[in-house]
This record gives sequence, C-alpha cells and structure tokens, in this order.
Amino acid sequence: MSIGFFTDLLSWLLLVAGGFFFLVGAIGLNRMPDVFTRMHAISVGDTLGAGLLVAGMALQAGPTLVTVKLLLILLVIWFTGPVATHALARAALHDKLYPLVANRSGKLVEGDPDKVAPKGSSKPVKGRAKP
Amino acid sequence: MMFVAAILAVLAALVLTVARALKGPTVFDRLLAANSVGTAAILLLALFGFMTGRPEFLDIGLLYALLNVIGTLAVLKFFRYGSLGHGGEEEAET
Repeated sequence: MSIGFFTDLLSWLLLVAGGFFFLVGAIGLNRMPDVFTRMHAISVGDTLGAGLLVAGMALQAGPTLVTVKLLLILLVIWFTGPVATHALARAALHDKLYPLVANRSGKLVEGDPDKVAPKGSSKPVKGRAKP
Repeated sequence: MMFVAAILAVLAALVLTVARALKGPTVFDRLLAANSVGTAAILLLALFGFMTGRPEFLDIGLLYALLNVIGTLAVLKFFRYGSLGHGGEEEAET
C-alpha cells in the first residue's frame, strides 16, 4: 500500500469516468432529435470527458514536461470547443434552422417563433429572438 | 491496461460520431460530428502515446487540436459566404 497504489487507483477512476462521459456524449449525438440538442450533448460530453481523461493521464505522468503538454492540449480543447460550437449554432440559426420546441399538445415542432406562438395565446412559446 | 479501457471507450465514441457524420441530415450535423471526431482523435493519440510509453505523440495531438478548430471555422465560413476570401463584415447581413 504505497502512494503509487492510490495514484494508480485514482488514475483508473478518472480514465474510466472520462471514457464513460465521452461515450455518453457520442450516444447523445446519435439519439437527440435536432442539431441544437445534438450540439448540447456532444459538446458537454467532449469537454468533461477530455478533462477527466487528461487528468488521469497527468496523474500517470507525474510533474514532468509531459504533464505540461497535456494541460496545453486540454486548454486548447476547452477554449476552442465552445467557440466552434457557438459558431456552429449561429451559422445554423442564420441558415433558418430553428430549434425544436414542444407546442401546446406536446408535439415537437420547429420553433420558429412566428409560427409556433399563436396570436392571442396567453403564454407564448418562449423562443429566441430572430437572428 | 487502464489506457486500453479508455482507448476502447474513445474508439466506440469515435465510431458513433462517424455514424452521425455519415447520416447527418444537415451540413451542421456533419460539421459537429467532424469537430468531435477531431477531439476524439486528439485524445486517442494521447492515450496511445501513454499506452506505448512514447509521450512524443502528445505533440501530434497538440497540432491536431490547433488544426481542428481552424478547419471547423473555415468550413462554416465557406458555407455562410460561399468563399473563404470574404472580408470581415460579420453583422452586415443579419
């Protein structure tokens, strides 16, 4: 029971958790109904999975140059992932692709705010402003 | 051994992501999947380097990370403006 044992154990846990979240994100990418929900699933899963995997690998590497490179990779992923997702969402909205929302009867319809909220309804569907 | 488990999980995620890239109904689905394939490739490279005890793979992973976002943004710009040489009038037509 040395300190190395606990480092290995923690590294195992982090790597398995990272792989799990990465996999969950990829499953969400296949199961979700429209492009915005898919974006949500995969970007969250990617960010968390990459963080956990890099943490697990950094524990194995110890305080060396390898850890610095790993953290640099993580930093790049964490900064560029949201930027790419944001640009993608903006481009999709600009291309007149609206998120799916549930209407009164609970069916999923494309959430163009002009079409979904009927005139005179007391509670209009909360949409986003037009791009 | 622990890296093999993580590699298998990332590989399975990669297969699912490629499936979405192939069947995605809109171009944005495909781009999203392509971006995610890039992230999975980076992590796969890092994990593979650790598994074989050759951390030089991390440099390649870093390069992939930098190229990944540029590729995504370039394709997005191409689909929005129809060319890559367009000037920066981002808000002009909204």
